[in-house]
Amino acid sequence: MADVRLKDVRKRYGAVEVIKGVDIEVEDGEFVVFVGPSGCGKSTLLRMIAGLEDISGGTLGIGGKVVNEMPPKERGVGMVFQTYAIFPHMTVRENMAFGLTIARAGKEEKARRVNEAARILQMEHLLDRRPSQLSGGQRQRVAIGRAIVREPSVFLFDEPLSNLDAALRMDMRMEIGKLHQQLKATMIYVTHDQVEAMTLADKIVVLRDGEVMQVGTPMELYHDPANLFVAGFLGAPSMNFLNVDVSDAGPDGATVSNPSLDPVRVAAVKQPVTTGSTATLGIRPQYLHPTAPEKGMLHGTVALTERLGAETIVDVAMKDGTKIIAALSEDRVLEPGTEIGLEFDTAQAHLFSERP
Amino acid sequence: MASKLTRSTGAGWAFALPGFGLIALFIIVPFFFAFGLSLTNQRLISPNPTEYVGFENYRDLLSLSVITLEPERDDSGAVIRDEDGEIEYPRVRTITRSDDFPQYRGMREWFRWQSGDTARVVVASDVVFMKALVNTLMFVLVVAPVQGALALVLALLINQKLRGINVYRAIYFMPVVVSIVVVSLLWRFIYDGNDGLLNNLLSAITFGGWQPVDWLGNPDTALGSIMAMSIWQAVGFHMVIWLSGLQTISPTLYEAADIEGASKWQTFRYVTWPGLRNTAVLVLIVITMQAFALFAQIDVMTNGGPLDSTQTVVFQAVERGYGKQDISGGSTISVILFLLVLTISLIQRWLTREK
Repeated sequence: MADVRLKDVRKRYGAVEVIKGVDIEVEDGEFVVFVGPSGCGKSTLLRMIAGLEDISGGTLGIGGKVVNEMPPKERGVGMVFQTYAIFPHMTVRENMAFGLTIARAGKEEKARRVNEAARILQMEHLLDRRPSQLSGGQRQRVAIGRAIVREPSVFLFDEPLSNLDAALRMDMRMEIGKLHQQLKATMIYVTHDQVEAMTLADKIVVLRDGEVMQVGTPMELYHDPANLFVAGFLGAPSMNFLNVDVSDAGPDGATVSNPSLDPVRVAAVKQPVTTGSTATLGIRPQYLHPTAPEKGMLHGTVALTERLGAETIVDVAMKDGTKIIAALSEDRVLEPGTEIGLEFDTAQAHLFSERP
Repeated sequence: MASKLTRSTGAGWAFALPGFGLIALFIIVPFFFAFGLSLTNQRLISPNPTEYVGFENYRDLLSLSVITLEPERDDSGAVIRDEDGEIEYPRVRTITRSDDFPQYRGMREWFRWQSGDTARVVVASDVVFMKALVNTLMFVLVVAPVQGALALVLALLINQKLRGINVYRAIYFMPVVVSIVVVSLLWRFIYDGNDGLLNNLLSAITFGGWQPVDWLGNPDTALGSIMAMSIWQAVGFHMVIWLSGLQTISPTLYEAADIEGASKWQTFRYVTWPGLRNTAVLVLIVITMQAFALFAQIDVMTNGGPLDSTQTVVFQAVERGYGKQDISGGSTISVILFLLVLTISLIQRWLTREK
């Protein structure tokens, strides 16, 4: 068990800086998810923690020791790769015992630890098979088993579920969550899938272009995003952004409006705005409720409805030509072309000075 | 399948015909011809009609016997020794030419060894062919493992991301694209006994302490010299095959091994080598077959000499078939070589099979 501390960590390829000074603290036993769009540097960061990539600047500490120059094996990390990286010529048992074979552990210890890991992952019946006889999910389980057997202080997962189909991904996601509860080990998990991030993480680190956008618990990030990027990245369907004019900015909030939005007072000002400037108002689709056309703060016409049974997604065309999406938690028929009004709780809206 | 073949247009067959024709003419027909001719007394040019002779050609090539010789004794029964103190034996040809021993007729001594006072002499009906067979097997036994291993080492060295690594790839591969005849000619100069490059080089690095060796003129060094040159010439080709095998191994497997703490050697043993399994089988079989076909180097550099120390099976086949115009004898050697290579390939396949 160990904590992981990154202080001003940087990665340069020649003149190009891909990790631009990242500070992250992962506490002992915590499940931290690095999330971000592809190319944001999350995998590079994970590989730097593993020791597969050099660190160009800053310090990386694992368990209180600076490990910048340490080879991977001395860092006490176990890693699970997106492509499984299990050895095709070895049986499942040999694959899982690989780290122990390398360390020249005794036969009995090998058998004990492999069986223990197989029990945790419920794959005792697979031990004598070869990887070619396994499905994708089973292969990923072998890869996780290989990491468990070595009893590392930090587990690293590099998009472990990306190669699995949707149903299997959900099962494995739950298993990884369970595994964390069982092992109580420090885990760092990289994904581009916000659902995995929201469901698994104790703490989410949102990255973009090699910089940390926000760090916090899933609910903090969801309910209190620090910037447009985080606000737009988490949540599905993603948050609606409206261009608004600020008419009265003060310490307790700001009044905003636009051609299709009646003036509303918003208290949750994420970034300071000034009177007379333009800003962005973010409202999650789930907090928009349809009402009669003359009521509500937003006015438009229904462009499209998608009925999912438990949920209805409504595409509303606003007067100023923009589109806004409302997600209703009920099955409801709204004919395209009908004029409607939308109302929302201003406490659930967020005001940003940035423009999307 | 058959219906699809017959349904296809004649144009396809027309295009395939020249290729099929050439293969049939130069590979398939000669293959069966060799079997057929090896059972006759066919000569390249002869006024006499060809006759079927059964397995006589094979007997003439492969017959072996052991003759036990008792030492010459004087009247008192004591062993007679020559001036050097060596035991004297009756001459072998008194036996092979004697009418008392028709079974040894025409045979000559190949080699002998002594046990106690008696000597055992191995006589063969075709000593040169026996020497060729042994030389070829020696050549295969040395060249196949050494060339394969050396090529793998080069491939491992070259499979790195370094600036200018392609220059090395080109250098190692260059001998492969040069004709073997040209290479052999050049190496004849290198191996020259008086003023050769190799002797000069050795003399230079030993500050003149090196006694020049006539590498190709000495029966002890001739075959070894040809082995060294042959290994050097084709090692680049097998390096490229190994390299292609190396590059099919997924880099994440190496990363996984790295995380698990494998040393360089362990990584090679547990990741690289198992991943090269199929490549290894291919390389081994190709080298073995090429080594059995050793001919051009011999033809250019030594003509089988000195003292038959570089005779090889293929060289003998050509020498006999065209040099001595004994087509049936050459065919017989070809058939024997075919069976030999086939057997060894089957054994190799069995040994390297997927378990």
